[in-house]
Amino acid sequence: MIAFLVKRVGQSVVVLIGVSIIAFILEHLLPGGPAKAILGGRASPFQIAAFNHANGLDKPLWQQYGIYVWHLLHGNLGRSYKLNQTVNSVLANDLPKSILLVGSALVLSLLIAIPIGVFQAVRRNGIFDYAATSVSFLLYSMPSFWLGIILILAFAVNLHLFPAEAPQGQSIGSIISDPRAMFLPVITLTLVSYASFTRYMRSSAIEALAQDWIRTAKAKGLSQRVILFKHMLRNALIPIATLVGLSLPSLITAGIVTESVFNFPGTGFRFINAASTEDYPLLLGIIILIGVLTVVGNLLADITYAVLDPRVRYR
Amino acid sequence: MSKIDDLDEGLSSEGGGGNEIIGSTSGGEAHSSGSQLKLIVQTFLENKLAIVGIALVVVATLFCFVGPLLYHTNQVTTSYNITQPPGHGHPLGTDQNGYDVLGRLMVGGQSSLEIGFSVAIIATFIGVLYGAIAGFIGGIVDTIMMRIVDTLLSIPTLLLLIYLAAVFRPTLKLLIIVISAVSWLSPARLVRGEALTLRVRDYVKAVRVMGGGSRRIIVRHIVPNAIGTIVVNATFQIADAILVMAVLSYLGLGLPPPAANWGSMLSDGVNYVYDGYWWLIYPAGLAIILTVVAFNLIGDAIRDSLEVRLQKR
Repeated sequence: MIAFLVKRVGQSVVVLIGVSIIAFILEHLLPGGPAKAILGGRASPFQIAAFNHANGLDKPLWQQYGIYVWHLLHGNLGRSYKLNQTVNSVLANDLPKSILLVGSALVLSLLIAIPIGVFQAVRRNGIFDYAATSVSFLLYSMPSFWLGIILILAFAVNLHLFPAEAPQGQSIGSIISDPRAMFLPVITLTLVSYASFTRYMRSSAIEALAQDWIRTAKAKGLSQRVILFKHMLRNALIPIATLVGLSLPSLITAGIVTESVFNFPGTGFRFINAASTEDYPLLLGIIILIGVLTVVGNLLADITYAVLDPRVRYR
Repeated sequence: MSKIDDLDEGLSSEGGGGNEIIGSTSGGEAHSSGSQLKLIVQTFLENKLAIVGIALVVVATLFCFVGPLLYHTNQVTTSYNITQPPGHGHPLGTDQNGYDVLGRLMVGGQSSLEIGFSVAIIATFIGVLYGAIAGFIGGIVDTIMMRIVDTLLSIPTLLLLIYLAAVFRPTLKLLIIVISAVSWLSPARLVRGEALTLRVRDYVKAVRVMGGGSRRIIVRHIVPNAIGTIVVNATFQIADAILVMAVLSYLGLGLPPPAANWGSMLSDGVNYVYDGYWWLIYPAGLAIILTVVAFNLIGDAIRDSLEVRLQKR
């Protein structure tokens, strides 16, 4: 177990170094480099040279990378061009709100996907199975923003049941205090992630049902309920732990889109705005933050997997 | 290779599950590959959903590329005849610039399909090459190459795309390149996994013993065995690329107007949600869904028929 942990953590560190290199490359992809992005297109060569010198951009690339990583390790993501705040303070303000949105959608979608997936597996190829498969297939093939728009059309414009816009407000308290406005964004994101979770839950449950111990349990005369919940579900859920870790990037992606559909004041919405105002430090800060979250999430998922399933050990 | 790696390869593209079995049983008998192919095609054609998928793709392609020849509309100059509901010579109404929506669906679909196919071809080509090299060489080269893939996978592709689309003003070619640049990762992982298991099979070793070179092993044994996985993945790539393009357009980072695609039609229509102009939202959305569903159906069906081949043996 210790050897597995060491190896797995080591891998994550390597990937994190990779993420920092990518962010560094992305920063230098800017046409004319950061100097031009900050000073504007009309900056004279002299101004650019002065800026580059002042910010250490005339040093060799490896030295610049070293300085960059040094700042990263101190948690310094730079300063936003447009908001006159440090990237850290912007993210500290936005991230909890996004975590609330993505987190509640994640929990909700698992709560729906697991029982439905199990039921589909038990009644395989029945009417319910076909119906549920078609629904998840459709949801899976739908652009997530379109789903959001359709829900707005139905529930906000036509039925006036829920507000079309997410709760507005800078603090997380103001978001929580308006649960009705949270309904549509959370449901949109829930449906999007439900679509992929239920497909995996179904196949994972089918696989677990085919195992010998299920046959033994049946032969012992155990009731269907005990077999399902005690023997099958616990085994079928193990791969789902990993799946949740692995689906973090796609969840975050769907989160970005959902935030922009509903004007949800979170990290994703901030990212889109930063892209249209060309606020590169903020963009890169968010990329690094999400990269780190994803790597850590995957690491935790793998460790959970190894803890839950003693058969799995790293070679 | 650890179980965890196995698992996530299976999850990252659903093609993972059956691949190993395919690799372990089929490759040894090159002589029967003709009848195997026949069996695969036969099973594929027996799958009704596959036929639906193919029919949808054919219809969509005809609609987008032949449709404009039969149904002439003005998609160049704007008119005052804006946001007309369906009827009055416009079967699907007109949009906020006075363009006929049905005609715009055809023109917009062209670039959506072009992007889908181009990305799938480019990304698959890069991914297959990268994965085959990593898996075939193995060792430290493989480790380094796959850590690079892990790194790129840990940054959500949409973030990278938005960043790149903000830095470079998008053109059709550039968008195809940029979307391909973030899409080759999953075929690379899949093919690398296949190559890893295939290169230690007895029949590959036998080729070595008989004096066959690396090229022969790759071309005659590894690629034919991995081709199923590759094709299935490429089909899903088309669907994903169309969706990604739609999202980018929705976020305002797609092609600038007058160019149109299904995604940009939707993003324009969204501004009119509250006015009840449903014909600006449903047609383009349904076009995307039907096309994506079609490619996903085809991909699923190919995968199933590859698996059935094993069961019938």
